[in-house]
Amino acid sequence: MPSLGPDMESARVVEWLVKPGDAVRRGDVIVVVETDKGAIEIEVFEDAVVEALVAPLDTELAVGAVLARLRTKGESEHQASPDTPKAQALPVAPAPAFRPEPPSVSTARLDAGAPRGATDSGHQRASPAARKRAADLGLDLATLHGSGPGGAVLLADLAGLGGVSRGRRAGGFDAAAMRRVIGTAMARAKREIPHYYLGQQISMAAALDWLGRANENRSVEARLLPAALLLRAVGLALTKAPSLNGYYEDGAFRAGEGIHVGWAVALRGGGLVAPAIHDVDKLNIDALMSALRDVVARARRGGLRRSEMVDATVTVTSLGERGADTVQPIIHPPQVAMIGFGRIVERPWAVAGQVQVQPVIGVSLAADHRVSDGHLGSQFLSEIERLLNAPESL
Amino acid sequence: MTTMTYREACKQAIRAALQADPRVFMMGEDIAAYGGCYAVSKGLCAEFGAERIRDTPLSESAFVGAGIGAAMAGMRPIVEIMTVNFSLLALDQIMNNAATIPHMSGGQFAVPLVIRMATGAGRQLAAQHSHSLEGWYAHIPGLRILAPATVEDARHMLAPALADPNPVLLFEHVMLYNVEGDVDEHLEGVDITHARIRRPGNDVTVITYGGSLPRALAAAETLASDGISAEVIDLRVLRPLDMGTVAASVARTHRCVIVDEGWKSGSLAAEVCARLVESVFYELDAPIARVCAAEVPMPYAAHLEQAALPNAERIVAAVRQVVRPA
Amino acid sequence: MSGDKLHLDHQHLLRLLAQMVRIRVFERRCAELYQREKIRGFLHLYDGEEAIAVGVMATLAPQDAVIATYREHGQAIARGVPMNRLMAELYGKVEGCCRGRGGSMHFFDRALRFIGGNAIVGGGLPLAVGTALGDTMQGRDAVSACFFGEGAVDEGEFHESLNLAALWRLPVLFVCENNLYSMGTALAHAESVTDIHAKAASYGVASEAVDGNDVIAVELAARRAVAALRAGGGPQFLECRTYRTRAHSMFDAQLYRDKAEVEAWKQRSPILRFQSWLENSHLAFDDEVARLEADAEAEVTAAIEFAEAGHLEALEDLERFVVMDEVPA
Repeated sequence: MPSLGPDMESARVVEWLVKPGDAVRRGDVIVVVETDKGAIEIEVFEDAVVEALVAPLDTELAVGAVLARLRTKGESEHQASPDTPKAQALPVAPAPAFRPEPPSVSTARLDAGAPRGATDSGHQRASPAARKRAADLGLDLATLHGSGPGGAVLLADLAGLGGVSRGRRAGGFDAAAMRRVIGTAMARAKREIPHYYLGQQISMAAALDWLGRANENRSVEARLLPAALLLRAVGLALTKAPSLNGYYEDGAFRAGEGIHVGWAVALRGGGLVAPAIHDVDKLNIDALMSALRDVVARARRGGLRRSEMVDATVTVTSLGERGADTVQPIIHPPQVAMIGFGRIVERPWAVAGQVQVQPVIGVSLAADHRVSDGHLGSQFLSEIERLLNAPESL
Repeated sequence: MTTMTYREACKQAIRAALQADPRVFMMGEDIAAYGGCYAVSKGLCAEFGAERIRDTPLSESAFVGAGIGAAMAGMRPIVEIMTVNFSLLALDQIMNNAATIPHMSGGQFAVPLVIRMATGAGRQLAAQHSHSLEGWYAHIPGLRILAPATVEDARHMLAPALADPNPVLLFEHVMLYNVEGDVDEHLEGVDITHARIRRPGNDVTVITYGGSLPRALAAAETLASDGISAEVIDLRVLRPLDMGTVAASVARTHRCVIVDEGWKSGSLAAEVCARLVESVFYELDAPIARVCAAEVPMPYAAHLEQAALPNAERIVAAVRQVVRPA
Repeated sequence: MSGDKLHLDHQHLLRLLAQMVRIRVFERRCAELYQREKIRGFLHLYDGEEAIAVGVMATLAPQDAVIATYREHGQAIARGVPMNRLMAELYGKVEGCCRGRGGSMHFFDRALRFIGGNAIVGGGLPLAVGTALGDTMQGRDAVSACFFGEGAVDEGEFHESLNLAALWRLPVLFVCENNLYSMGTALAHAESVTDIHAKAASYGVASEAVDGNDVIAVELAARRAVAALRAGGGPQFLECRTYRTRAHSMFDAQLYRDKAEVEAWKQRSPILRFQSWLENSHLAFDDEVARLEADAEAEVTAAIEFAEAGHLEALEDLERFVVMDEVPA
């Protein structure tokens, strides 16, 4: 069972997409697992042949439990199955001997800049108690962000990650567990990250005008929403503000390897997820719109990929039509910035000395003062404004 | 329940022991005519006579050795040594005879002896009357080392100590003699094997004993107002250590501060720390901290002496550092 | 053979000789076994001093306590500890008198109130004061015989103990085996006043110096002292002047004394002197003496066989007796 994020401790296999004997290629989705955050497709990272499906369906398995045995090229059958299939009955299996295998389990979010295989838990400072608890939960320490001295993971950093076997709703995700996960991450953010906040009102007149024209030639399914424009503007603006895109870890900032924007999606049962849309700066507006639709739909029905769960380098929340005017976001650690958009409302707006009624949106930025300053943040928001006022450039 | 001082509790314990068993007698320097350096035995000679409350010459080695011999001859002696620093003059007898003869003789002889002595600083008695050397004795196999920290323990530890077939050393901290507390006179002794949780808590375990217990409890009170819930454990028995109670607490709180009036180097605190690392390493969420005496011979001047000793403030600071590391 | 009067009958005299011979033969074999590495640790032999243990022990009763030093093979044998158990102890076997935990320096035998070989010089004196105190407080008619060398006189415990025993008038028989050397230090190099029995007298202790190589003289003096003790006369002190004719321990080049001096003392060996006196007085005969030696050899040979056949204490019992579960009855 791969660790799909720092907050994940276990999941259930809900569907096998392969059977023993099948040849699989790197990148193939082979299994769907139901997590606290919904159903997620699991891909493989090697070309291999499926030897055995070990994990039973609909049984809660701790991270680290064996799901299936694969035989890679050059491996004998014997070599390929060194583990006893103890996952057969592992409700929340303590897996002290578990060592995450880099290709299948390392969490790309934190490993984005590190070579594969570098996720040896031993390199992460952690209190002995946290180390043991993480092992019991099957969590890879390297995926955890520590609040202790020198970034050491402490027990508090694992709070709320236990006890998932209780209170789980049959057939769905556990809202209470998700709430704990959110609480833990946000409490950590509030505790550790010296946020600074900037806000700006931006006229959406030009953007909406352009959007109206652009949609005239598009089918209903392909129509663009303001969200796509906002996302595109953020992506482009971030190329000029790299210190808002990346991670703060071990006392230092590490820039993101791409601009992967986590898009906050409110779930109908409560809670939210922020799956990553990859390389936002490189997608055109239609591709972006399509990606947005896809990820929101999959987030709501379950079916996010692990890379989408862990890859985001920055997060955007857009409150949408029924939201508030402004939002003051809380950064999702170890990211260093979050951008929030309120709803678009009509407001009096001065243009060349004249008051007009224009659609206006409040954009806000929460950023990590350990990495950037308000000056840079202001430039970033101004760039978003410039882009939205020149929608044709998007 | 009766309220009495620690000093009175020590005396009542000796009285009760003398009444209960004709084999019990006490000897030591200035315990009879003078009434005891700390007045613990005042009045006992008049009550029990000079045979059973024996003044000795200033011959620690001889009268401690005589206690050992008398114990081996069937008596149940209580030997009082004025202060722990003087006990070094009898260290040969305590270590080479009392602690070793049972084993060296292949179990043919037991040494059912109790040695009481004052320990600790705080009375400006300077560097030859103020140390806390009980940790040294706790090093020695064959001895049982007790440190009554409460009036109840002062009153009730002696009886089980006398019933123990092994040599038992009782360390009475000089700053406790005037402390008052409640005692159930009808208790038939207390156990002399277990540590006790004197104040329950969740965030950190403060391990201490003897004269440092009141300081640790005061620190816990201060910490409570700061939102830190400290569990205070009184070791009571310094050898053999009740690591079960201690380790269970640390496994619960995941953090630990050890308070020991002995010097830090090679101390009892070091031993407790090492054993915790051996037994509950994977439960520790912060480095173990120790609050010990400064590594100086105890100075005379009050401000220097106080600066050398563990106190509530230092315990509070150590706990804060462990619970909320800067 | 305890009692107030010395009976110079044939049987008693032969018994004294036999005891000395048993000690001498036992230790001769010990030296050999040591060199064959059957016996290890420190081995201090009593050669030349046998008259003291034998003479004093002849005056003690079963209820009396004996406290000895690390050179205590003679006392243990004279007190009656079976040779088998002593040899097994030297072999480190569980059949030994201390289950292999004591070795040569720490023989104990509870049944005989033999309270140890004590290997801290002077360390046994306070114990003897204590056993005498305990016996007295319980109304027992028992004395505590405490053996120590003249080196113990250097120690504070000697003075503390003599003072305390005298102060409390306790029935302690202090037996100083003055063999002139504390290890390699001659008496005159260690003591400003070499007249040891005078030091004891200064504490108000009845004190006497005797020829420690004359078993009859030792027994006579001890008998007087024990009678005084039992009569409530307070502690008694015997300075037995003697000489150790073997080295201090097995690893001693004896740089501190002349060979001639050792040879001269060998001629005054207590066994040689007593044997000659018995023969000259027609109290014993050649064949009797030869039989004593043969008996002793046979006894030691049997003890060695016993020790060889003995067992090693189980390792799981390593920590047994460190903490006692009860006071042995």
